[in-house]
Amino acid sequence: MQNLKNIKIEDVSYLGNLTNEEKTFRKKNLSDFQTHGFPSKKNEEWRFIDLNSLLLKNSSKLELISKNLVNDKIIDNILRTFPIDLSDKNYILSVDGFIKKIEIKHEEKNCYKIERSVDINKLSSKDPLECLNNALNTDYIKLIINENYSFNKPLVILNYSNELMNSVSLNQKFDISINKNSKLSLINFYNYKSKKSFYNFHQYYFLHEGSILKNYSIDLSDNSNLNYIKTNIDLSKNSISENFIITQGSEYSKNEISCNLIEPYSSAFVNGIINLNNQKKHEIRSKINHIAPNTKSYQLIKCILSENSKAVYQGKIFVDKEAQKTDGYQLSKAILLNQNTEFNAKPELEIYADDVKCSHGSSSGSLDDNKIFYLMTRGLNKNQSKKLLIDGFILDVLDKITDISVKKIVKNILGIN
Amino acid sequence: MREKEIDKLKDYKYGFTTDIENIKSPKGLSENTIKFISKAKNEPEWMLKWRLSAFERLQKIQEPNWQKPKYPKINYQDLYYYSAPKTTQSKVKNLSDLDPKILDTYKKLGIPLDEQKKLNGIAVDAVFDSVSVATTFKDTLSKVGVIFCSISEAIQKHPELVKKYLGSVIPISDHFFATLNSAVFTDGSFVYIPEGVKCPMELSTYFRINASQTGQFERTLIIADKNSYVSYLEGCTAPMRDENQLHAANVELVALEGAEIKYSTVQNWYPGDENGKGGIYNFVTKRGLCKGDNSKISWTQVETGSSITWKYPSCILKGDNSVGEFYSIAITNNHQKADTGTKMIHIGKNTKSKIISKGISAGKADNTYRGLVDIFPNAKNSQNYTQCDSLLMGNRCGAHTIPYIKNRNSDSNIAHEATTSKISEDQLFYCQQRGLNSEEAVSLIVNGFCKEVLQQLPMEFAVEAQKLVGISLEGSVG
Repeated sequence: MQNLKNIKIEDVSYLGNLTNEEKTFRKKNLSDFQTHGFPSKKNEEWRFIDLNSLLLKNSSKLELISKNLVNDKIIDNILRTFPIDLSDKNYILSVDGFIKKIEIKHEEKNCYKIERSVDINKLSSKDPLECLNNALNTDYIKLIINENYSFNKPLVILNYSNELMNSVSLNQKFDISINKNSKLSLINFYNYKSKKSFYNFHQYYFLHEGSILKNYSIDLSDNSNLNYIKTNIDLSKNSISENFIITQGSEYSKNEISCNLIEPYSSAFVNGIINLNNQKKHEIRSKINHIAPNTKSYQLIKCILSENSKAVYQGKIFVDKEAQKTDGYQLSKAILLNQNTEFNAKPELEIYADDVKCSHGSSSGSLDDNKIFYLMTRGLNKNQSKKLLIDGFILDVLDKITDISVKKIVKNILGIN
Repeated sequence: MREKEIDKLKDYKYGFTTDIENIKSPKGLSENTIKFISKAKNEPEWMLKWRLSAFERLQKIQEPNWQKPKYPKINYQDLYYYSAPKTTQSKVKNLSDLDPKILDTYKKLGIPLDEQKKLNGIAVDAVFDSVSVATTFKDTLSKVGVIFCSISEAIQKHPELVKKYLGSVIPISDHFFATLNSAVFTDGSFVYIPEGVKCPMELSTYFRINASQTGQFERTLIIADKNSYVSYLEGCTAPMRDENQLHAANVELVALEGAEIKYSTVQNWYPGDENGKGGIYNFVTKRGLCKGDNSKISWTQVETGSSITWKYPSCILKGDNSVGEFYSIAITNNHQKADTGTKMIHIGKNTKSKIISKGISAGKADNTYRGLVDIFPNAKNSQNYTQCDSLLMGNRCGAHTIPYIKNRNSDSNIAHEATTSKISEDQLFYCQQRGLNSEEAVSLIVNGFCKEVLQQLPMEFAVEAQKLVGISLEGSVG
C-alpha cells in the first residue's frame, strides 16, 4: 500500500486532463484518505474482519492500473463466455474498472438518459474508503430513468477483471436515479479473473415516488480478490427497493448497504445468501434508516459455512422518533458445517419511536443430526442428505426474489431445481 | 423541612441524608490517598502493593467512551475516595455499639439489621458510604463454616483466600473503572462457602451512599467451594443530591466444581430529578467465573435507579458442563440512561447459557441492551438462548439492542430473539374497564412483561421489586 499512501493525483495516468475544480476535489479526498488510511479493527464497523491485515497479508503493495489491456477481441470473448445468457438482457460491461460497452437495446431510447461525468458538488464524505473512491475512481456512469417507464428487460452490470491484473486498487462508481412510477430490475454481476486486487465500489440509488428497484448482486466464481461494495439507497414515498445479495466467490467481500426510508409508505428489503468455503471471509452490513412514518423493512440473511471460512452479518434497524408505525424485521441464520468455521452477528436495533413493531432474530448451529438420520433411513447417502437440507435451508431466501427470470438464473447457478 | 423538599421525597423515599460525623480521606486521587485508605483499614503490606500496582496501571489507561449514554467528564481529583462514619473507627462488636443514627437510617430503608428480622432468615452486611458497618447472623453462619464478613476483615483474617482469589476474575489490568476500583476500593462483602455446604440462609448486602462528593468503590468477592450453594442479594440507595456521584464497584464470583451461586441485585440508587439533575453514575463491573466443571452462576438484576447505569454482569463458563444465566429488568424514566446486558463466554465443553433481558423506557430515557455471546472453538455442544424485549412508553424515549454474537464452534447452537413494542391501547383499555386507574394498569402490564425475571428473585425481594417496578414508572402515562 506504499504507493497509495504516497501517490499524487498528477501521477495517476488514467485520469487524463482534469478541470481545476475536479483536480482540487480529488486531491482533497486523496489527502483525507491518506491521513486516515484503511479502516482498522478499532473502527466499530470493521471490528469483526480486519481489512488492514487482510490487505497486508494478501498483497504487500497495491498499485493503480497503468495501461489498458483490453481490446475488442477480448471484449467479445468475455461476452461469449459469460455465465448467463445476455441475449434477452440489457447490459453494461465494465472491464478492469472502465466501462467498455453499454448495450440497452430492449428499451425505448428516449425513456432513459446516461451521464458520464460526476457531479462533484454532491459528493462529500468522511469515510476513508469513500474518499479513496472519490479521489481515484476510474470510471463513472449515471443512469436516469424517466417517469412512468418500466424497463422491459433486466439490466446487467458486468464487472469483469483481467487475469493479468495483480494487486491493483480499483475504484468505481455507479449512480442510478429512477423517476416517478418507473421500474428497474438490476443485476450486478461480479466475475473476476484478476488476482489479489482490491475493489472499491460505490453505488448510489435514488428512488422517486412510486418507483421500484430490484437490485441483485451476484459474486460467484472463485477468485483471490478483495471486494468492497457500498450501496446507498434513498427511497421516496411509496417506493420499493428489493435487494438480494449472493456472495461466495471472492477471497474477501464486504457488502455494505444503507436504505434510507425518507418518505412515508416506502419499503426496503435486504435478503442474502453467504455461501463460503476455504479461507474466505465475507460480510454483509446493512443499515435501514426509518426516517418517515409508515415505512417497512424486511431482512433475511442465510449463511452456509464450510472449511475455514468466516461470515459476519451486521444489521441495524434505526427508527427515528418521527417514524411511527414502523414495521421492521430482521433474521439471520447460519449453518456451520466445519469445526473451523466462524459466524459472527451483530443484529442491532436503535429505536426512538414507541408505536413500532420491530424484531430481530439470529441463530447459528450445525446441521441437525436427526434430520440427516431421517433422510438416510429413506435411502439417501450422507452427502445427499446434507445437500438436501442445505438446499431447503436457502430455498426460502431464494423465494424472496420476485423477478422470476432472475430467480431462475440464480437457482440454475446454485444447482437447485 | 421545606415543602419543596418534602415534595421531592415523595418521589424517591430513600432521598434523605443522615447527619453523622465522617472521617474522609484527603480529596483527590493520588498515591497518598491510596496509602491513607490502606492505613485507615490497617491493611497488610501486600494489599497496599496490590493497590499501588493498580494505581500505576490506571495512569496508563484511558476512560472508555464507546458506551451509549454520554456523561460530562468526571474530575477524579475532586472526589473523596474514603468516607467512614466516625464511630466505626473503633471496632463494633455489637449492633448496639453502632451510631444510633446509622441504625435509624437502615430502619428507614427497611433493612433487616435488627433481631426482629431474624424471622426473615437473611444475614445482612450493610455498607455505609465506604465501610461495612454491620454484619448480622455471624454465629449461625460460622457454625456451618460459611465466612460472611466485610472484605477488610477478610484481608486481616483470611489473607490466603483473598490473595488467591482477589483479582482472579477481574484482573487489575481489566478496564478503567475496574482498575480504579482495585486501587481505591474501600470495603465490601466477602463470602466463602466451604465444600459441600448449602448456605442455610440468603446472604444480603445493603449499600448506601451518604456523604456528598464521595465516590463509592466497594469490592465483593464470593467464593463457592466444591458442591456448595449460595444465594446472595444486594440492594442500593443513596440520598438525593444535585451533583452526580460515582459508584464504581467490582464484584467477583468464583464457582468451583459443582458449585452454584445465585446473585440478585435490586438497584435503586437515586436516579436524579425529573429534569435529569443529580443522580448516581452506576459503573459497575460484575463478573463470575465458573471455574470448575458442572458449576453454575446466575445473575438476576432489577435496575430502576441511577442516572446512568452501565454494567454487564458476565459469566466465564470455563468448566465443562457449566451454566450461566442472566435475568435482567432495566427500567429508565425521565432522563435516566441505561446501557446494560451481559457477556457469556463459553470456553468449556457442553456449556449452556440463557439470557432474558427486559428493558422498559419512559419519559426521555434511553435504554440499551448490549451483550456478547462468544463460543470458543473448543466449546463443543454449547448452547445459548437469548431473548431481549423492549417496551417503549412515549415517543421521546429510546430503546436499543446491540447484541454481539460469535459462534466459533460448529457443534454449538445460538439462538437470539429481540422485540420492541409498546403497551397497546387495547391492553390499557381492558384493565381500566375492570376498574384500575391508568397507572395501576401500566404497573400491572409491565409486571406481566417482566414476570419471567421477577420469578427468579428470592421471595422477599420479589415483592419489593414488583412495587419498585410500579413506582419507577409513575407519571409516565397520561
